[in-house]
Amino acid sequence: MSRFVRLGETDRPAITVHVDGAPVEALEGDTLMVALLSQGGVLRQSEFGPEKRAGFCLMGACQDCWVWTESGDRLRACSTLAASGQRILTSQPGASWSNHA
Amino acid sequence: MVEPRIIPRVVIVGAGPAGTRAAEACVQAGVRPIVLDEGRRDGGQIYRRQPDNFTRPYAKLYGSEAGRAQALHETFDGLKGAVDYRPETLVWNIAGGHIWTASQTYADTLPFDALLLCTGATDRLMPVKGWQFAGSYSLGGAQVALKSQAVSIGHKVVFMGSGPLLYLVASQYVEAGANVVAVLDTAHYSARIKALPDLLAVPSVLWNGVALTMKLKRAGVAVHNGIKPLEIKGNADSGVSGVRFRTGAGAEQEIICDAVAMGHHLRPETQLADLARCAFAFDPGTRQWLPKRDGDGRSSVAGVYLAGDGAKILGARSAEASGRLAALAALGDLGLPVDKGEMASLRGDVGTYAKFARGLAKAFPWPSEQASQLPDDAILCRCEGVTAGDLRGVMRETGAKEANRAKAFSRVGMGRCQGRYCGLAAAELIAAEAGVPVEQVGRLRGQAPVKPLTIAIGEEQ
Repeated sequence: MSRFVRLGETDRPAITVHVDGAPVEALEGDTLMVALLSQGGVLRQSEFGPEKRAGFCLMGACQDCWVWTESGDRLRACSTLAASGQRILTSQPGASWSNHA
Repeated sequence: MVEPRIIPRVVIVGAGPAGTRAAEACVQAGVRPIVLDEGRRDGGQIYRRQPDNFTRPYAKLYGSEAGRAQALHETFDGLKGAVDYRPETLVWNIAGGHIWTASQTYADTLPFDALLLCTGATDRLMPVKGWQFAGSYSLGGAQVALKSQAVSIGHKVVFMGSGPLLYLVASQYVEAGANVVAVLDTAHYSARIKALPDLLAVPSVLWNGVALTMKLKRAGVAVHNGIKPLEIKGNADSGVSGVRFRTGAGAEQEIICDAVAMGHHLRPETQLADLARCAFAFDPGTRQWLPKRDGDGRSSVAGVYLAGDGAKILGARSAEASGRLAALAALGDLGLPVDKGEMASLRGDVGTYAKFARGLAKAFPWPSEQASQLPDDAILCRCEGVTAGDLRGVMRETGAKEANRAKAFSRVGMGRCQGRYCGLAAAELIAAEAGVPVEQVGRLRGQAPVKPLTIAIGEEQ
């Protein structure tokens, strides 16, 4: 089930981004956060607890919405626009951190 | 008075209401300022602009403030050729007389003769047990979701906290067609009555607030005053499932929801003022440490000026006035001619908004006592999952009673938000446990970089 609910502005061209290898339909002008949370309920796993996270401040201050490109660049999902053909990972590529919970 | 430079180097940080009006004053004086802003577009948070291909009109986006928002945006658009505008640019340090910036692709250092910090605000949060669950958002975040992306943060949304934003965002959600199940305000209604004399300083804004509450009630939204949040219930995988709270009458109640928008008004983003070595003072009205400034916006450091909500939370209207005023002060200090009469009038405006802000602080008091009432298993630091009990344990073991010392031992305030969302509550908890006034706990020092940087950033070619 989606977390976010679209309330308007739905008459925009559709784009497809790939998240962990799976295609996700989004709209041109969506942030990555809106693209991901209009389809699913969470963005990533907390490194410090059992719970999954879905962002918090939406203004680039809390850093709760980190996702990664396949080449390892870290992005804030709240302030990065989704673009056609983007390939996003919800965990850091090449890293396996132990959970500190 | 210094000799005017041929071209004074004026740098403005922030392109919200204060930064825009500051930039406008510079351009009118024949100065081309550098405007550094983290946003993709100008407007700041409160007048945040939607992406280009969105079509909602101003009235729908900004309600009673539509005219102001449009005027501000049009002003900034009109300045584009006359300012060196650098969007999506983070200022991450101020040191050695230079400003250190980073964007996605390059880093830069800028010298300056005058620096105007118009850094704006973030939400002031009081942690609630369970606020780490997916579906908990800051009130400001809930507003950004709607304003800049036309989405609701959930299918059943509860607004919990206090302050003018609580009612504003809840009513904007209702108007946009979102499902708002309740507004839970920690402030007692009687506090608003006591605050009336101050709130009457700006009757139009007071009336806007009254109208918002009426709109919510007409829409059938349950509005509770004087509540105490007990828990955001949820599941590690699926997130928020409800809220538990005590009503003003003392009964325990639970509401099912999948999203909570929470916050207690705002706190200024003061890290850059701190790094610029500005002196701070404790403000008892808001229980926050704020950078000192004179009536025009001069900080304690020559050449550094402070304006808008980044200096003190006085609201967007005040930010327009204080942004222009601080810029005029800076231009005057640089030896350029400025209109003294206009400065006096702007000072008067800012004073009026300050009275209104005092009223808001009385009407929607920061519930400082809730920090010490957090159960031991409640997460205090959302970044790293540090609990209230962890912090209490550290205090017992180390005797730490000062904010930075307690942070070093407990990691509360050391996570990736750098204490923005837990710092004020942690200080209240420490103060209550140690039995000292909160100002004695001190404040978390600003640290560079003020936000995480990526290692791959290179120097500009």
